[in-house]
Amino acid sequence: MVLMKMKFPFEKRVKLAQGLWLLSWMATLAGAFTFTLGCFLKTELRRRAEVMDNTEIHAVPNTLMIVGLASLGINYFAGRMCQDALDAGRFPRWKTFMQPYWGVSLLFTLLMLMAVIMSYAMKGNLESSLKIGLKNGIRFYKDTDTPGRCFQKQNIDRLQMEFRCCGNTDFKDWFEVQWISNRYLDFSSKEVKDRVKSNVDGRYLFDGVPFSCCNPSSPRPCIQDRLTNNSAHYSYEHQTEELNIYIRGCREALVNYYMGLMNTIGAGVLSVFLLQSSVLVSLRYLQTTMEALAGQENTEIETEGYLLEKGVKETIMEYVTPVLVFLQLNQVGSEDTEA
Amino acid sequence: MAVLKVTFTKTTRGKLALVLWVLNWISVLTGIILFSLGLFLKVEIQKRKELMSADVHSVPNMLIATGLVACVINFLGGKICYDCVDTTKFLRWKLLMLPYIVCTFLFTFCILVGALMCYSMRNELEESLFLGLRNAMLYYKDTGTPGRCYLKRTVDLLQIQFQCCGNAGFRDWFHVQWINNRWLDMTNSEVTDRLRSNVEGKYLMDGVPFSCCNTFSPRPCIQTQVTNNSAHYNYDWKTEERNLWTRGCRQVLLDHYTNIMQSIGFIVLIIWLFELWVLTGVRYLQTAMENLLRQGDPDLESDGWLLENSIAQTARSNFKIIKNLGKCYQVDDDPNIDVPSTAQQEVSTCQIPVAR
Repeated sequence: MVLMKMKFPFEKRVKLAQGLWLLSWMATLAGAFTFTLGCFLKTELRRRAEVMDNTEIHAVPNTLMIVGLASLGINYFAGRMCQDALDAGRFPRWKTFMQPYWGVSLLFTLLMLMAVIMSYAMKGNLESSLKIGLKNGIRFYKDTDTPGRCFQKQNIDRLQMEFRCCGNTDFKDWFEVQWISNRYLDFSSKEVKDRVKSNVDGRYLFDGVPFSCCNPSSPRPCIQDRLTNNSAHYSYEHQTEELNIYIRGCREALVNYYMGLMNTIGAGVLSVFLLQSSVLVSLRYLQTTMEALAGQENTEIETEGYLLEKGVKETIMEYVTPVLVFLQLNQVGSEDTEA
Repeated sequence: MAVLKVTFTKTTRGKLALVLWVLNWISVLTGIILFSLGLFLKVEIQKRKELMSADVHSVPNMLIATGLVACVINFLGGKICYDCVDTTKFLRWKLLMLPYIVCTFLFTFCILVGALMCYSMRNELEESLFLGLRNAMLYYKDTGTPGRCYLKRTVDLLQIQFQCCGNAGFRDWFHVQWINNRWLDMTNSEVTDRLRSNVEGKYLMDGVPFSCCNTFSPRPCIQTQVTNNSAHYNYDWKTEERNLWTRGCRQVLLDHYTNIMQSIGFIVLIIWLFELWVLTGVRYLQTAMENLLRQGDPDLESDGWLLENSIAQTARSNFKIIKNLGKCYQVDDDPNIDVPSTAQQEVSTCQIPVAR
């Protein structure tokens, strides 16, 4: 039982070939566009690589780049094939090429769909990576003299100022780490000694945040230290004060930014996927109509085109059976050797 | 004796006309580029409008106007050059050509003036920025006054983005009260002491806003008691360079705008040279076509030149024409009029002739 049979008179065949040629060029441009989107996303992710714990999220831009490059090749061949399709004598030379071509193009088209799904589904992965990365960034903020960590302060400060955020979940994360290095603490002072003794790990903790948490839109000069102490500052109430420092956490800000980027890219790549699928469907119809012409003397007769010669199940069985036979042969072979 | 005479055959004339047609269309594009450069500069200046005391809009307006005029002139030039391939169509434009060339010559002069203005805008800008930044710092604390409530945010974002502090340096903040009285506890003795310590009753301190903090500093930012070494552990304000931004915002903004304007000025100079080149081509084409019409046969060779006579002679003849334009009427060589001697002619030119 043939899948989705359609009749193609000569004019319709010609129109199909011409339409496919145009579509394949559009799909080539769309493939190049996908590649550039992948490059752009990778660059953006690498810019904040210091606050990400792992690079698993890079699978999305990597897939996009591979798919973009592959679709350039796929659509180039599709264009060449439909140019030859108008000449019944030249088309048969593509016959041996078609089988591997279908395998490769179906694989990469599915990969494109996977990239779209991943760009929506990897939010949790990104969030956990950022959680650990930011936690480490805040912990090593004070280690400006340790090799390998000396740029953490700079990175965190500029991140907080650029994304208008403070801390990991929110600004209170700064109260739980010592973000002032011991080099700048006067250990002969009573206040410092009291604070250091007041907790188990001997860390200097206090309710203050770095200057990069300050909000420029605040009407009053920034209050960075003794944030929870209302009496330390004139006319100040920390429960109602919203404009003094950024209240958003940097993890939330970064996740929103990257998910916004990836959702837009995912929507664009979905339309590229639809375009690519239409190219492959048209090419399949063209191939089957031209194959029906083989051996005929009159090249202008009406022929039939279809997507699959047999039904979906039978086609799958057709491909899977040789693989199973190969596996079973192996098994039988090993039983023989054991015996 | 013609200036820079070149002989044109029929084919070279045709080629010249086509090349000039293409070049004129390219010049329309460069006119659009000029327009967009002017627009870009205008937007850049508008963005920092609050930090400038006077509007410095002469240069971008000039560039915008020149760009638009360039598009119109070169569009017309393209049409003329396209028609010059055919002598019959050229006759339509014959009378317009010379005024067109004169106008284009004056216009290219305007482009040159525009380019030179880009380089000379610096002084005007420096004065404007000095006053504008000074006022912005004075009104930094007035976040409750309508019209000035966004100055704090503007100055903070400026200092963060351009990595600068104050007008000439961070010490400028020591001379202004940048904390509003609303946030000062007037019952506190320290506050009242400071207020009384200066004539105008301003709260002055050796502290700077948070936006002056240097992100590259290895230690947490010291904003208050900046000049007091004993207030902070292990701190020497005279040798400390990385705590606050050391550059003044006036210098930084001036450098930023000067860079933009130098690049724009350079591009405008290149466009000017291109326009001059196109103008020379159009002049050659015009003179070649006119000589062709004088000869009569469209298939012959004709000469093209920049000026028919030498520069001195052309200047003299033009000067004479301008001088004679001042005379009320000119007695010409009509044989029916009894012309008196030349000595009396000069005296009586403006008299109404008496009926005989």
